[in-house]
Amino acid sequence: MPIQRMFIANRGEIAVRIIHAAQAMGVHTIQAYSEADADMLAVRLADESVCIGPAQAAQSYLNVDAVVAAAKAAKADAVHPGYGFLAENAGFVRALTAAGITFVGPSADTIDRMGDKVAARQAAQSAGVPVVPGSKGRLETTDEAVKVASEVGYPVMIKAAAGGGGKGIRIAQNEDELRKMAPQAQAEAAASFGDGGLYLERAIQSPRHIEVQIMGDGKDAVHYFERECSMQRRRQKVWEEAGAACLDEETRKHLCDTAVSLAKAVNYVGAGTLEYLYDGVTKEFFFIEMNTRIQVEHPVTEMLTGTDLVQEMIHVCGGGKLRQQQSDITRSGHAIEVRLNAEDPLMQFMPFPGQVTGLTVPEGKGIRFDHFLYEGYQIPPFYDSLLGKLIVHAPDRAAAIDLMVTALEGLEIEGVKTTKPLHLALANDAAVRADDFHTQWLEPWLAAGNLTSTR
Amino acid sequence: MAQVMSPVPGTFYTQASPEEPTYKSKGDSVAVGDTIGLVEVMKTFIEIKAETAGTFDSYLVENGAAVTAGEALAQLEE
Repeated sequence: MPIQRMFIANRGEIAVRIIHAAQAMGVHTIQAYSEADADMLAVRLADESVCIGPAQAAQSYLNVDAVVAAAKAAKADAVHPGYGFLAENAGFVRALTAAGITFVGPSADTIDRMGDKVAARQAAQSAGVPVVPGSKGRLETTDEAVKVASEVGYPVMIKAAAGGGGKGIRIAQNEDELRKMAPQAQAEAAASFGDGGLYLERAIQSPRHIEVQIMGDGKDAVHYFERECSMQRRRQKVWEEAGAACLDEETRKHLCDTAVSLAKAVNYVGAGTLEYLYDGVTKEFFFIEMNTRIQVEHPVTEMLTGTDLVQEMIHVCGGGKLRQQQSDITRSGHAIEVRLNAEDPLMQFMPFPGQVTGLTVPEGKGIRFDHFLYEGYQIPPFYDSLLGKLIVHAPDRAAAIDLMVTALEGLEIEGVKTTKPLHLALANDAAVRADDFHTQWLEPWLAAGNLTSTR
Repeated sequence: MAQVMSPVPGTFYTQASPEEPTYKSKGDSVAVGDTIGLVEVMKTFIEIKAETAGTFDSYLVENGAAVTAGEALAQLEE
Protein backbone atom coordinates (compact mmCIF):
# COMPACT_ATOMS: atom_id res chain seq x y z
CA MET A 1 0.00 0.00 0.00
CA PRO A 2 1.37 3.43 -0.86
CA ILE A 3 2.91 5.34 2.04
CA GLN A 4 0.53 7.90 3.56
CA ARG A 5 2.08 9.07 6.84
CA MET A 6 5.86 9.19 6.72
CA PHE A 7 8.07 9.78 9.75
CA ILE A 8 11.44 11.41 8.98
CA ALA A 9 14.15 10.06 11.30
CA ASN A 10 16.87 12.51 10.32
CA ARG A 11 17.72 16.21 10.38
CA GLY A 12 19.48 18.92 8.41
CA GLU A 13 19.33 19.29 4.66
CA ILE A 14 18.27 15.71 3.93
CA ALA A 15 15.18 16.04 6.17
CA VAL A 16 14.18 19.13 4.17
CA ARG A 17 14.82 17.25 0.92
CA ILE A 18 12.66 14.30 2.02
CA ILE A 19 9.80 16.58 3.16
CA HIS A 20 9.74 18.33 -0.23
CA ALA A 21 9.64 14.98 -2.04
CA ALA A 22 6.93 13.55 0.23
CA GLN A 23 4.72 16.62 0.11
CA ALA A 24 4.93 16.67 -3.70
CA MET A 25 3.51 13.11 -3.60
CA GLY A 26 0.74 14.05 -1.18
CA VAL A 27 2.35 12.12 1.69
CA HIS A 28 1.77 13.49 5.22
CA THR A 29 5.12 14.23 6.91
CA ILE A 30 6.06 13.81 10.58
CA GLN A 31 9.49 15.23 11.43
CA ALA A 32 11.58 13.90 14.33
CA TYR A 33 13.82 16.36 16.14
CA SER A 34 16.16 16.51 19.12
CA GLU A 35 15.95 19.18 21.82
CA ALA A 36 18.74 21.06 20.01
CA ASP A 37 16.85 20.99 16.69
CA ALA A 38 13.46 22.45 17.62
CA ASP A 39 14.17 25.46 15.38
CA MET A 40 15.40 23.59 12.32
CA LEU A 41 13.85 24.21 8.93
CA ALA A 42 12.49 20.66 8.53
CA VAL A 43 10.39 21.12 11.70
CA ARG A 44 8.89 24.28 10.20
CA LEU A 45 8.12 22.61 6.87
CA ALA A 46 6.72 19.29 8.08
CA ASP A 47 3.03 18.72 8.66
CA GLU A 48 3.79 17.52 12.21
CA SER A 49 6.90 17.23 14.35
CA VAL A 50 7.85 15.32 17.47
CA CYS A 51 10.77 15.63 19.91
CA ILE A 52 12.62 12.33 20.28
CA GLY A 53 15.23 13.19 22.92
CA PRO A 54 18.21 15.27 24.02
CA ALA A 55 20.75 16.99 21.77
CA GLN A 56 23.28 14.13 21.79
CA ALA A 57 22.56 11.95 18.77
CA ALA A 58 23.08 8.77 20.79
CA GLN A 59 20.04 9.73 22.88
CA SER A 60 17.88 10.95 20.00
CA TYR A 61 18.55 10.28 16.30
CA LEU A 62 20.51 7.11 17.08
CA ASN A 63 18.15 5.86 19.78
CA VAL A 64 16.26 2.99 18.11
CA ASP A 65 13.71 2.59 20.91
CA ALA A 66 12.92 6.32 21.03
CA VAL A 67 12.57 6.66 17.25
CA VAL A 68 10.38 3.56 16.88
CA ALA A 69 8.18 4.61 19.81
CA ALA A 70 7.76 8.11 18.37
CA ALA A 71 6.91 6.79 14.90
CA LYS A 72 4.35 4.42 16.42
CA ALA A 73 2.79 7.13 18.60
CA ALA A 74 2.51 9.39 15.53
CA LYS A 75 0.70 6.58 13.68
CA ALA A 76 3.29 6.67 10.91
CA ASP A 77 3.00 3.92 8.31
CA ALA A 78 6.59 4.45 7.15
CA VAL A 79 9.94 5.83 8.31
CA HIS A 80 12.45 7.51 6.02
CA PRO A 81 15.93 7.31 7.55
CA GLY A 82 17.80 9.72 5.23
CA TYR A 83 21.55 9.00 5.34
CA GLY A 84 23.78 8.43 8.37
CA PHE A 85 22.19 7.86 11.82
CA LEU A 86 19.97 4.71 11.54
CA ALA A 87 19.89 4.52 7.74
CA GLU A 88 21.91 1.30 7.59
CA ASN A 89 21.00 -0.21 10.95
CA ALA A 90 19.38 -3.61 10.42
CA GLY A 91 18.24 -3.76 14.06
CA PHE A 92 16.28 -0.55 13.51
CA VAL A 93 14.61 -2.01 10.43
CA ARG A 94 13.66 -5.17 12.37
CA ALA A 95 12.19 -3.08 15.20
CA LEU A 96 10.11 -1.09 12.68
CA THR A 97 8.94 -4.25 10.96
CA ALA A 98 7.89 -5.71 14.32
CA ALA A 99 5.87 -2.52 14.91
CA GLY A 100 4.20 -2.87 11.51
CA ILE A 101 5.96 0.18 10.05
CA THR A 102 7.53 0.25 6.56
CA PHE A 103 11.20 1.20 6.31
CA VAL A 104 12.02 3.38 3.30
CA GLY A 105 14.98 1.29 2.25
CA PRO A 106 15.93 -2.34 1.70
CA SER A 107 15.17 -5.24 4.06
CA ALA A 108 17.13 -5.83 7.25
CA ASP A 109 18.66 -8.94 5.68
CA THR A 110 19.92 -6.96 2.66
CA ILE A 111 21.41 -4.30 4.97
CA ASP A 112 23.13 -7.03 7.00
CA ARG A 113 24.48 -8.74 3.88
CA MET A 114 25.73 -5.57 2.19
CA GLY A 115 27.04 -4.11 5.46
CA ASP A 116 29.43 -7.03 5.90
CA LYS A 117 32.31 -6.35 3.51
CA VAL A 118 33.09 -10.02 2.98
CA ALA A 119 29.47 -11.01 2.32
CA ALA A 120 29.00 -7.98 0.01
CA ARG A 121 32.09 -8.92 -1.94
CA GLN A 122 30.88 -12.49 -2.36
CA ALA A 123 27.46 -11.26 -3.53
CA ALA A 124 29.15 -8.93 -6.01
CA GLN A 125 31.43 -11.63 -7.37
CA SER A 126 28.60 -14.07 -7.89
CA ALA A 127 26.65 -11.37 -9.78
CA GLY A 128 29.62 -10.81 -12.12
CA VAL A 129 30.77 -7.50 -10.60
CA PRO A 130 34.59 -7.20 -10.66
CA VAL A 131 36.16 -6.96 -7.21
CA VAL A 132 39.67 -6.02 -6.10
CA PRO A 133 41.89 -9.13 -5.96
CA GLY A 134 41.94 -10.17 -2.31
CA SER A 135 41.05 -12.70 0.34
CA LYS A 136 38.22 -15.09 -0.48
CA GLY A 137 36.75 -14.81 2.99
CA ARG A 138 37.54 -13.73 6.52
CA LEU A 139 41.10 -13.96 7.75
CA GLU A 140 41.68 -14.90 11.36
CA THR A 141 45.50 -15.11 11.53
CA THR A 142 48.57 -13.18 10.36
CA ASP A 143 49.96 -16.22 8.53
CA GLU A 144 46.75 -16.51 6.52
CA ALA A 145 47.02 -12.79 5.63
CA VAL A 146 50.64 -13.18 4.49
CA LYS A 147 49.73 -16.13 2.28
CA VAL A 148 46.88 -14.22 0.59
CA ALA A 149 49.07 -11.09 0.15
CA SER A 150 51.72 -13.08 -1.70
CA GLU A 151 49.00 -14.18 -4.16
CA VAL A 152 47.33 -10.80 -4.80
CA GLY A 153 50.57 -8.77 -4.76
CA TYR A 154 51.74 -5.83 -2.61
CA PRO A 155 50.87 -3.16 -1.61
CA VAL A 156 47.85 -4.61 0.20
CA MET A 157 45.06 -3.00 2.16
CA ILE A 158 43.93 -4.56 5.45
CA LYS A 159 40.39 -3.85 6.63
CA ALA A 160 38.06 -4.98 9.40
CA ALA A 161 35.42 -7.34 7.98
CA ALA A 162 32.77 -5.51 10.04
CA GLY A 163 34.22 -2.02 9.50
CA GLY A 164 33.01 1.07 7.71
CA GLY A 165 33.84 4.67 6.97
CA GLY A 166 37.53 4.01 6.49
CA LYS A 167 38.08 3.05 10.12
CA GLY A 168 40.89 0.60 10.72
CA ILE A 169 42.20 0.55 7.15
CA ARG A 170 45.96 -0.03 6.87
CA ILE A 171 48.24 -0.35 3.83
CA ALA A 172 51.25 -2.68 3.95
CA GLN A 173 53.98 -2.31 1.33
CA ASN A 174 55.65 -5.65 2.09
CA GLU A 175 55.50 -8.76 4.27
CA ASP A 176 57.38 -7.18 7.19
CA GLU A 177 54.84 -4.36 7.40
CA LEU A 178 51.94 -6.77 7.05
CA ARG A 179 53.22 -8.91 9.92
CA LYS A 180 53.28 -5.81 12.13
CA MET A 181 49.95 -4.36 10.99
CA ALA A 182 47.71 -7.44 10.88
CA PRO A 183 47.65 -8.02 14.67
CA GLN A 184 47.06 -4.29 15.28
CA ALA A 185 44.20 -4.23 12.76
CA GLN A 186 42.71 -7.33 14.37
CA ALA A 187 42.86 -5.84 17.89
CA GLU A 188 41.36 -2.57 16.68
CA ALA A 189 38.57 -4.36 14.79
CA ALA A 190 37.75 -6.42 17.88
CA ALA A 191 37.66 -3.26 20.03
CA SER A 192 35.65 -1.14 17.58
CA PHE A 193 33.22 -3.66 16.16
CA GLY A 194 33.38 -6.60 18.57
CA ASP A 195 34.58 -8.70 15.64
CA GLY A 196 38.28 -9.32 14.98
CA GLY A 197 37.78 -10.69 11.46
CA LEU A 198 39.93 -9.07 8.76
CA TYR A 199 40.04 -9.07 5.04
CA LEU A 200 42.76 -8.06 2.68
CA GLU A 201 42.95 -6.82 -0.88
CA ARG A 202 45.37 -5.27 -3.34
CA ALA A 203 45.77 -1.52 -2.78
CA ILE A 204 44.99 0.30 -6.05
CA GLN A 205 47.38 3.26 -6.53
CA SER A 206 45.87 6.71 -7.21
CA PRO A 207 42.40 5.37 -7.95
CA ARG A 208 39.27 7.23 -8.92
CA HIS A 209 36.18 6.76 -6.78
CA ILE A 210 33.30 5.99 -9.11
CA GLU A 211 29.85 4.90 -7.96
CA VAL A 212 26.65 3.75 -9.63
CA GLN A 213 23.17 4.79 -8.51
CA ILE A 214 20.65 1.97 -8.61
CA MET A 215 16.98 1.62 -7.68
CA GLY A 216 15.07 -1.60 -7.15
CA ASP A 217 11.49 -2.62 -6.44
CA GLY A 218 12.29 -6.10 -5.11
CA LYS A 219 12.01 -7.75 -8.49
CA ASP A 220 13.37 -5.42 -11.10
CA ALA A 221 16.22 -2.91 -10.85
CA VAL A 222 17.60 -0.05 -12.94
CA HIS A 223 20.65 2.22 -12.80
CA TYR A 224 20.82 5.99 -13.11
CA PHE A 225 24.40 6.01 -14.37
CA GLU A 226 27.52 6.84 -12.41
CA ARG A 227 29.04 9.58 -10.28
CA GLU A 228 32.66 10.64 -9.92
CA CYS A 229 33.50 11.32 -6.24
CA SER A 230 37.30 11.24 -6.07
CA MET A 231 37.66 14.69 -4.52
CA GLN A 232 37.95 13.69 -0.88
CA ARG A 233 39.47 14.97 2.33
CA ARG A 234 39.85 12.51 5.22
CA ARG A 235 37.72 10.09 3.20
CA GLN A 236 34.87 12.58 3.14
CA LYS A 237 33.61 13.59 -0.28
CA VAL A 238 33.96 17.28 -1.04
CA TRP A 239 32.99 17.71 -4.71
CA GLU A 240 30.97 15.25 -6.78
CA GLU A 241 30.14 14.96 -10.45
CA ALA A 242 27.70 13.09 -12.69
CA GLY A 243 28.74 11.51 -14.95
CA ALA A 244 32.36 10.49 -14.77
CA ALA A 245 34.06 12.20 -17.71
CA CYS A 246 37.02 9.79 -17.47
CA LEU A 247 34.95 6.77 -18.58
CA ASP A 248 34.51 5.66 -22.18
CA GLU A 249 31.06 4.42 -23.24
CA GLU A 250 32.01 0.76 -23.20
CA THR A 251 33.42 0.92 -19.65
CA ARG A 252 30.42 2.97 -18.47
CA LYS A 253 27.98 0.40 -19.86
CA HIS A 254 29.84 -2.53 -18.28
CA LEU A 255 30.04 -0.71 -14.92
CA CYS A 256 26.35 0.19 -14.84
CA ASP A 257 25.06 -3.13 -16.20
CA THR A 258 26.94 -5.19 -13.61
CA ALA A 259 25.63 -2.90 -10.85
CA VAL A 260 22.08 -3.70 -11.95
CA SER A 261 22.92 -7.42 -11.97
CA LEU A 262 23.94 -7.20 -8.31
CA ALA A 263 20.83 -5.20 -7.37
CA LYS A 264 18.61 -7.80 -9.05
CA ALA A 265 20.53 -10.70 -7.49
CA VAL A 266 19.77 -9.42 -3.98
CA ASN A 267 16.15 -8.43 -4.84
CA TYR A 268 17.02 -4.88 -3.86
CA VAL A 269 14.30 -2.46 -2.73
CA GLY A 270 14.85 1.30 -2.68
CA ALA A 271 17.80 3.50 -3.62
CA GLY A 272 21.32 2.13 -3.39
CA THR A 273 24.83 2.90 -4.51
CA LEU A 274 27.63 0.60 -5.56
CA GLU A 275 31.03 2.09 -4.95
CA TYR A 276 34.05 1.23 -7.06
CA LEU A 277 37.71 2.05 -7.40
CA TYR A 278 38.65 2.82 -10.97
CA ASP A 279 42.16 2.52 -12.36
CA GLY A 280 42.31 5.09 -15.17
CA VAL A 281 45.45 3.55 -16.66
CA THR A 282 44.20 -0.01 -17.07
CA LYS A 283 40.51 1.02 -17.26
CA GLU A 284 39.73 -1.63 -14.65
CA PHE A 285 37.05 -1.04 -12.04
CA PHE A 286 36.65 -2.92 -8.79
CA PHE A 287 33.62 -3.05 -6.47
CA ILE A 288 34.41 -1.92 -2.92
CA GLU A 289 31.08 -1.66 -1.14
CA MET A 290 27.38 -0.97 -1.42
CA ASN A 291 25.58 1.80 0.44
CA THR A 292 21.99 0.79 1.09
CA ARG A 293 20.51 4.30 1.37
CA ILE A 294 20.03 7.57 -0.46
CA GLN A 295 23.39 9.36 -0.55
CA VAL A 296 24.39 12.96 0.11
CA GLU A 297 25.40 13.40 -3.53
CA HIS A 298 22.19 12.03 -5.10
CA PRO A 299 21.24 15.47 -6.58
CA VAL A 300 23.91 15.32 -9.32
CA THR A 301 22.28 12.15 -10.60
CA GLU A 302 18.86 13.80 -10.43
CA MET A 303 20.18 16.71 -12.50
CA LEU A 304 21.84 14.38 -15.02
CA THR A 305 18.81 12.11 -15.51
CA GLY A 306 15.86 14.36 -14.62
CA THR A 307 14.53 11.83 -12.07
CA ASP A 308 13.52 12.60 -8.47
CA LEU A 309 15.27 9.73 -6.72
CA VAL A 310 13.76 10.45 -3.29
CA GLN A 311 10.22 10.31 -4.68
CA GLU A 312 11.09 7.12 -6.54
CA MET A 313 12.41 5.42 -3.39
CA ILE A 314 9.27 6.41 -1.44
CA HIS A 315 7.20 4.98 -4.29
CA VAL A 316 8.96 1.60 -4.50
CA CYS A 317 9.25 1.20 -0.72
CA GLY A 318 5.48 1.74 -0.51
CA GLY A 319 5.14 -1.36 -2.69
CA GLY A 320 5.08 0.35 -6.09
CA LYS A 321 6.79 -0.98 -9.20
CA LEU A 322 9.64 0.94 -10.81
CA ARG A 323 8.11 3.65 -12.98
CA GLN A 324 10.93 3.73 -15.52
CA GLN A 325 12.44 1.05 -17.70
CA GLN A 326 16.19 1.20 -18.19
CA SER A 327 15.67 2.48 -21.75
CA ASP A 328 13.63 5.43 -20.37
CA ILE A 329 16.57 6.64 -18.30
CA THR A 330 18.92 8.87 -20.23
CA ARG A 331 21.77 11.16 -19.30
CA SER A 332 22.11 14.70 -20.49
CA GLY A 333 24.89 17.25 -19.92
CA HIS A 334 27.03 17.29 -16.79
CA ALA A 335 26.28 18.02 -13.13
CA ILE A 336 28.53 19.01 -10.22
CA GLU A 337 27.79 19.26 -6.50
CA VAL A 338 29.93 20.89 -3.82
CA ARG A 339 29.37 20.46 -0.09
CA LEU A 340 29.13 23.68 1.90
CA ASN A 341 30.30 22.81 5.41
CA ALA A 342 30.39 25.09 8.46
CA GLU A 343 34.17 24.86 8.62
CA ASP A 344 36.99 27.32 8.10
CA PRO A 345 39.09 25.88 5.24
CA LEU A 346 41.81 28.43 5.95
CA MET A 347 42.09 27.21 9.58
CA GLN A 348 42.53 23.45 9.14
CA PHE A 349 38.77 23.08 8.52
CA MET A 350 37.93 24.00 12.12
CA PRO A 351 34.17 23.55 12.67
CA PHE A 352 32.32 26.84 12.87
CA PRO A 353 28.84 26.51 14.37
CA GLY A 354 27.31 29.97 14.45
CA GLN A 355 24.28 32.01 13.62
CA VAL A 356 23.28 32.63 10.01
CA THR A 357 22.90 36.40 9.94
CA GLY A 358 22.24 36.67 6.22
CA LEU A 359 21.52 34.29 3.35
CA THR A 360 21.64 34.95 -0.39
CA VAL A 361 20.88 31.94 -2.57
CA PRO A 362 21.91 32.01 -6.24
CA GLU A 363 19.13 31.33 -8.73
CA GLY A 364 19.01 30.57 -12.41
CA LYS A 365 18.80 27.81 -14.95
CA GLY A 366 20.80 24.75 -13.89
CA ILE A 367 21.42 25.97 -10.32
CA ARG A 368 20.07 24.19 -7.24
CA PHE A 369 20.86 24.67 -3.53
CA ASP A 370 19.73 21.91 -1.12
CA HIS A 371 20.07 23.23 2.43
CA PHE A 372 18.35 23.83 5.79
CA LEU A 373 19.27 27.44 6.48
CA TYR A 374 17.30 30.60 7.06
CA GLU A 375 18.27 34.03 8.32
CA GLY A 376 18.65 33.99 12.09
CA TYR A 377 19.16 30.20 12.29
CA GLN A 378 21.58 29.13 15.02
CA ILE A 379 23.54 26.10 13.75
CA PRO A 380 23.84 23.58 16.60
CA PRO A 381 27.30 22.14 17.38
CA PHE A 382 26.14 18.56 18.00
CA TYR A 383 25.92 17.19 14.48
CA ASP A 384 27.99 17.16 11.32
CA SER A 385 29.00 20.37 9.62
CA LEU A 386 27.12 20.00 6.32
CA LEU A 387 25.02 23.15 5.75
CA GLY A 388 23.98 22.57 2.19
CA LYS A 389 24.92 21.42 -1.27
CA LEU A 390 25.25 23.64 -4.27
CA ILE A 391 24.48 21.77 -7.47
CA VAL A 392 24.84 22.93 -11.07
CA HIS A 393 23.89 21.36 -14.39
CA ALA A 394 25.15 22.50 -17.80
CA PRO A 395 25.59 21.05 -21.32
CA ASP A 396 29.17 19.92 -20.68
CA ARG A 397 31.75 19.68 -17.91
CA ALA A 398 33.59 22.91 -18.72
CA ALA A 399 30.31 24.84 -18.76
CA ALA A 400 29.27 23.20 -15.50
CA ILE A 401 32.48 24.34 -13.80
CA ASP A 402 31.93 27.88 -15.12
CA LEU A 403 28.37 27.81 -13.80
CA MET A 404 29.64 26.54 -10.44
CA VAL A 405 31.92 29.59 -10.18
CA THR A 406 28.97 31.89 -10.94
CA ALA A 407 26.73 30.08 -8.46
CA LEU A 408 29.38 30.12 -5.71
CA GLU A 409 29.94 33.82 -6.23
CA GLY A 410 26.19 34.37 -5.85
CA LEU A 411 25.96 32.34 -2.62
CA GLU A 412 26.39 34.27 0.64
CA ILE A 413 26.01 32.56 4.01
CA GLU A 414 26.76 35.34 6.46
CA GLY A 415 27.76 34.89 10.10
CA VAL A 416 29.61 31.59 9.67
CA LYS A 417 32.74 30.37 7.95
CA THR A 418 32.08 27.89 5.17
CA THR A 419 34.03 25.83 2.67
CA LYS A 420 33.04 28.16 -0.19
CA PRO A 421 36.66 29.43 -0.63
CA LEU A 422 37.82 25.84 -1.10
CA HIS A 423 35.29 25.22 -3.86
CA LEU A 424 36.11 28.46 -5.67
CA ALA A 425 39.80 27.54 -5.60
CA LEU A 426 39.05 24.04 -6.88
CA ALA A 427 36.81 25.35 -9.68
CA ASN A 428 39.65 27.58 -10.82
CA ASP A 429 42.36 24.91 -10.58
CA ALA A 430 43.93 23.70 -13.84
CA ALA A 431 44.04 20.03 -12.76
CA VAL A 432 40.37 20.08 -11.73
CA ARG A 433 39.40 21.69 -15.03
CA ALA A 434 41.44 19.04 -16.87
CA ASP A 435 39.66 16.29 -14.86
CA ASP A 436 43.09 15.14 -13.70
CA PHE A 437 42.67 14.03 -10.07
CA HIS A 438 42.07 10.93 -7.94
CA THR A 439 41.18 10.03 -4.34
CA GLN A 440 44.65 10.88 -3.05
CA TRP A 441 44.83 14.25 -4.82
CA LEU A 442 43.11 16.82 -2.57
CA GLU A 443 45.05 16.39 0.67
CA PRO A 444 48.52 16.96 -0.87
CA TRP A 445 47.00 19.86 -2.86
CA LEU A 446 45.85 21.46 0.40
CA ALA A 447 49.14 20.67 2.15
CA ALA A 448 51.00 22.42 -0.68
CA GLY A 449 49.21 25.67 0.19
CA ASN A 450 47.05 25.92 -2.92
CA LEU A 451 44.10 27.25 -0.95
CA THR A 452 45.84 30.15 0.82
CA SER A 453 47.69 31.23 -2.34
CA THR A 454 44.49 31.64 -4.35
CA ARG A 455 42.76 33.60 -1.65
CA MET B 1 40.47 29.68 41.64
CA ALA B 2 41.19 29.85 37.92
CA GLN B 3 38.65 28.51 35.48
CA VAL B 4 39.19 26.70 32.19
CA MET B 5 36.71 27.86 29.57
CA SER B 6 35.41 26.16 26.44
CA PRO B 7 36.37 28.10 23.29
CA VAL B 8 33.55 26.46 21.29
CA PRO B 9 30.06 25.09 21.87
CA GLY B 10 29.64 21.31 21.84
CA THR B 11 29.74 18.23 24.05
CA PHE B 12 32.30 18.08 26.86
CA TYR B 13 34.25 14.97 27.77
CA THR B 14 36.43 14.58 30.87
CA GLN B 15 38.14 11.46 29.49
CA ALA B 16 39.71 10.51 26.16
CA SER B 17 37.44 7.45 25.85
CA PRO B 18 35.02 5.62 28.16
CA GLU B 19 37.81 3.20 29.16
CA GLU B 20 40.32 5.92 30.05
CA PRO B 21 40.53 7.70 33.44
CA THR B 22 39.59 11.40 33.60
CA TYR B 23 42.32 13.71 32.31
CA LYS B 24 42.72 15.28 35.77
CA SER B 25 41.61 14.48 39.32
CA LYS B 26 41.47 16.64 42.45
CA GLY B 27 44.97 17.45 43.66
CA ASP B 28 46.74 16.74 40.33
CA SER B 29 49.28 19.35 39.31
CA VAL B 30 48.39 21.20 36.11
CA ALA B 31 50.99 22.76 33.79
CA VAL B 32 50.22 25.32 31.10
CA GLY B 33 49.19 23.36 28.01
CA ASP B 34 47.99 20.27 29.88
CA THR B 35 44.83 18.77 28.37
CA ILE B 36 41.97 18.81 30.84
CA GLY B 37 39.18 17.62 28.56
CA LEU B 38 37.72 17.40 25.06
CA VAL B 39 34.91 19.30 23.41
CA GLU B 40 33.24 17.60 20.48
CA VAL B 41 32.02 20.17 17.98
CA MET B 42 30.45 18.97 14.73
CA LYS B 43 32.06 15.54 15.09
CA THR B 44 35.54 17.07 15.59
CA PHE B 45 37.28 16.67 18.95
CA ILE B 46 39.11 19.73 20.28
CA GLU B 47 41.54 19.33 23.19
CA ILE B 48 40.90 21.84 25.95
CA LYS B 49 44.19 22.98 27.45
CA ALA B 50 44.99 24.80 30.68
CA GLU B 51 46.22 28.34 30.14
CA THR B 52 47.43 28.71 33.73
CA ALA B 53 49.38 26.35 35.99
CA GLY B 54 48.09 25.16 39.37
CA THR B 55 46.48 22.31 41.23
CA PHE B 56 43.36 20.70 39.79
CA ASP B 57 40.24 21.21 41.89
CA SER B 58 37.22 19.94 39.98
CA TYR B 59 35.25 19.65 36.79
CA LEU B 60 32.32 22.08 36.69
CA VAL B 61 30.49 20.18 33.96
CA GLU B 62 29.62 16.49 33.81
CA ASN B 63 31.17 14.13 31.29
CA GLY B 64 29.00 14.11 28.15
CA ALA B 65 27.17 17.37 28.91
CA ALA B 66 26.34 20.04 26.34
CA VAL B 67 28.38 23.23 26.79
CA THR B 68 28.29 26.70 25.26
CA ALA B 69 31.24 28.79 24.05
CA GLY B 70 32.77 30.57 27.04
CA GLU B 71 31.31 28.14 29.60
CA ALA B 72 33.58 27.24 32.54
CA LEU B 73 34.55 23.56 32.34
CA ALA B 74 36.90 23.08 35.29
CA GLN B 75 38.61 25.00 38.05
CA LEU B 76 42.07 24.86 39.56
CA GLU B 77 43.92 26.53 42.41
CA GLU B 78 46.70 28.78 41.22
